This record gives sequence, C-alpha cells and structure tokens, in this order.
Amino acid sequence: MQNLLSYLNEFLLFRNFVEVIGGLDNTLLLLIISLPIGFVLSLIFALGRVSTNKFISKPIASYIFVIRGTPLLVQIYLIYFGLGSIEFIRESFLWYLLREPFWCGVLALTINTVAYGSEIFRGGIQSVTKGQIESGLSLGFNKIDLLRKIIFPIALRKVLPSYGNELILMVKATSLVSLTTYMEMTGIARKIMAKTFAPVEAFIAAGILYLFLNFLMVQFIKYLEWKYNPHLRVEQN
Amino acid sequence: MFKFDKLVFGDLGWGDELLFATLMTITVSILSMGLGLCLAIITVWAKLVTNRITRFIANFYTTVVRGVPELLVIYLIFFGGNSVIMGVAKLFGYNGYIELNALTIGTIAIAFISATYSSEVIRASYLAVNKGQVEAAKALGLNKIQIFLRVMGPQIIRHALPGIGNVWQITLKDTSLISVTGLVEIMRQTRIASNVEHSPLTFLITAAFLYLFLTTFSGKFFKVLEINYSKGYS
Repeated sequence: MQNLLSYLNEFLLFRNFVEVIGGLDNTLLLLIISLPIGFVLSLIFALGRVSTNKFISKPIASYIFVIRGTPLLVQIYLIYFGLGSIEFIRESFLWYLLREPFWCGVLALTINTVAYGSEIFRGGIQSVTKGQIESGLSLGFNKIDLLRKIIFPIALRKVLPSYGNELILMVKATSLVSLTTYMEMTGIARKIMAKTFAPVEAFIAAGILYLFLNFLMVQFIKYLEWKYNPHLRVEQN
Repeated sequence: MFKFDKLVFGDLGWGDELLFATLMTITVSILSMGLGLCLAIITVWAKLVTNRITRFIANFYTTVVRGVPELLVIYLIFFGGNSVIMGVAKLFGYNGYIELNALTIGTIAIAFISATYSSEVIRASYLAVNKGQVEAAKALGLNKIQIFLRVMGPQIIRHALPGIGNVWQITLKDTSLISVTGLVEIMRQTRIASNVEHSPLTFLITAAFLYLFLTTFSGKFFKVLEINYSKGYS
C-alpha cells in the first residue's frame, strides 16, 4: 500500500487529484445549504407565481425574469462586491455573514436556483388537472391537505427530470463562487495551476471530480424518479 | 454609493467603454453560437451515423463537457489551449511560440460548451421529422440535396428554434465567464470601471441591465423567427 501510494505520487495528476479533493467539502457545503433552502423557497414562490393575487404573482414574476435574464456571475459579484459597498449593511449584523465569500456564494446560489426552480414547479403545479383538484375538494380536503396530498405529489413527480437538470446546473454553478476567493475545487485547481504551470493536469483533476459529483446526482435523481413513479416501473420477471 | 453620473459618454464617464464592451459581448456570443452550431451539426452527424467509434466520441464529448462546470472548460481551453496548438504545430514542423488572443480562445471555449447543448436540440428535432416525408420526397424524385434543403432542413429548423433560442440565452450568459481570460466584454469592463471608481454597485447594476436588455430583445427576435418558420402550421 505504501509502495503504491509513493508510486502514484510520481504522477502530477494524482497529486493534483488529492489536493483538489481537499476542496470537495467546501463545494459540498455550498450545495448542502443552498439546495434544500432553494427547494423549499422554490415551492413557495411557485405557489405565489400561480396565485390569483396580482400583488403576489407580479413581483415574483419580475424577480424570476430578472434573475433568469442575467448571468449568475453578475449576481455573485453584486452580492459579494455590491452589498459590501452599502454603508448600513456594513454596520449591521448582516456584515458578519456577508463579508464571508462563503455566505455570499450561498445567498447568490439560492437566489439563482429559486428563480429557475419556481418556474419549473409552476409548470408542474399548472399541469395538475382541474378534475383532480375538484375530486380532492369533494372529498372535503382543506387547502393545505389539497396541496400536501394532491397538488405537490402530482406536480413534483412530473417535474422531477427538469428539476434534476437544475440540480446538475447548480453543482456546476458552485464553481463560480471560486471567483470570489472562496477555495472550493475550481479555486484549488486554479491555485495548483499557478503553482505547477501545468494547467491541463490541474483542471482535468477537478473535472473528473465534478463529473463524479454529477454522476452521483444523476443516480440520485434516477432513484427519486423510480421511487415516486411506482406506476411507471417496469415489472421484472 | 451610487455614482450614476459616471455612466456618461466621453472622457468623464464609462458610457462609451460599456457600449463597446456590450458590442464585444454580442460579437463573442454570435461567433461562438455560430461555431457551436457547426460543431453541433458534426456531433449530431457523428451520433446518428452507424459507426460505433464516432458515436462513442460524440457521446463522450457531450457527456463530459456538460458534466463539468463551464468555468473549468474555459480555464482548460484558455490555459491549456496554447500548448495543445503548439503541439499540433510541432507535428507539422513548426517550433515557434504561438499564442491565440483572448477573443479567439474565448469564442472557441464558449462554442465548445454551447455545441453540446445545441447538438441535443438538433438531434431531437432531426428525429422529430417524420420518416414518411423523406420517403414521399424520394417518391417524387428529389435527390439527396433537394431533400435536405427543401424537405428536412426547414422542418428541422422549425422544431429546433425554441430549443436553439434557449441555447442562445445560455450562450449569451456564459460569455460573462470569459471575462476571466481578460477579454474586455461587459463583465470585465464592469470590474475595471468599479475598481477605478470605487463604486461596484453602480456598474454591476448597469451590467445586469445590459444583460437583461440583451436577453430580452434576443428572446423577442427568436419569437419572431419561430412565428415565421411555423407559418405553414398556424
């Protein structure tokens, strides 16, 4: 084992690989915080988007329009450099969070995924047919039960593939947080390149890890689709 | 906090610089979208042809490039591209130093990314055209080129346009990433200006508006194209 390790250490790619894995936890931390919050907020925003109250649906629609129309990089920079230049934010308690590139990254990623996610969920919620809602009402469901037991299960099941796409895009989006000096995998790969002057080995090491992360994500989504679509499972005999 | 008076044109403000930066963003987007579409057509051909090797290469390319972050692809092509090109030049007996400029590298990098998305769109729209139509065209005695130009082409474009519109929006937003290569487009110019004026908020909000403007209006343009190409169906 010791021999194998020292043999592998001869290769630059392997050494880079070990070093980049050190940034895996930072990448995962970004995802672990922003994805669940993003999911819950997306559902709430999607409900607001289909609401008949114009004071709720119009602001949400314009929020989605603005976020989907601008690059994520602008949003990250706006939060990291922009918010820091406002006087009263620097004096308030928010500054303890916003001066860290990590929390700026979490905030930007969450804001971004909520815009895309709520648009996806809106499609799902609107695809629930009227008859299903009516039959729920005739069974005496109140509004919350109707959402919890009829609308959400049907809608979420339908949008799983497209929400899965959004999750993969989020895994890739975490790399942009490295531009605000946050040391996740891309940031470390960049540092390695500056140190060794071997760009290809550095970025390929990071690329393999991202591919692996996305592979896990795809498997997770496939599992969810299998679990929540029991009527579509192919019988194996 | 806000210094919107710094946005005027001329020597006192950054208006003209931002305008040129916007033109640069549009140039890069159009060039890389065009190059990406060419690459995508080759990829689609490689995927649909009954050759295992080309199919494997095409699938490998789309899977890998879509599975790693765009920033990483850009870094790889920007920092590693020159050595690859010099290696290729060495094969042809040229040993000098070659360096491509940021515009070329950026365009190639973004095209590389956008081609993976476009190829899926084009492949799906190719498969969506009914086979019977080709047979009907053959029965009418059209040759292969005529079939492609008169029968398949227009229908593929009609099916592909909504998807291509989406890819265009993604490409346009991805161009903000090549600011890391030093190419002076909107994002780079914004960073320069906000560093000089010590007012990031002003210029970042301006940049957001510029991108919003570009995406909205190009979206409208694609809507018009879509209506134009589905005339026969309305």
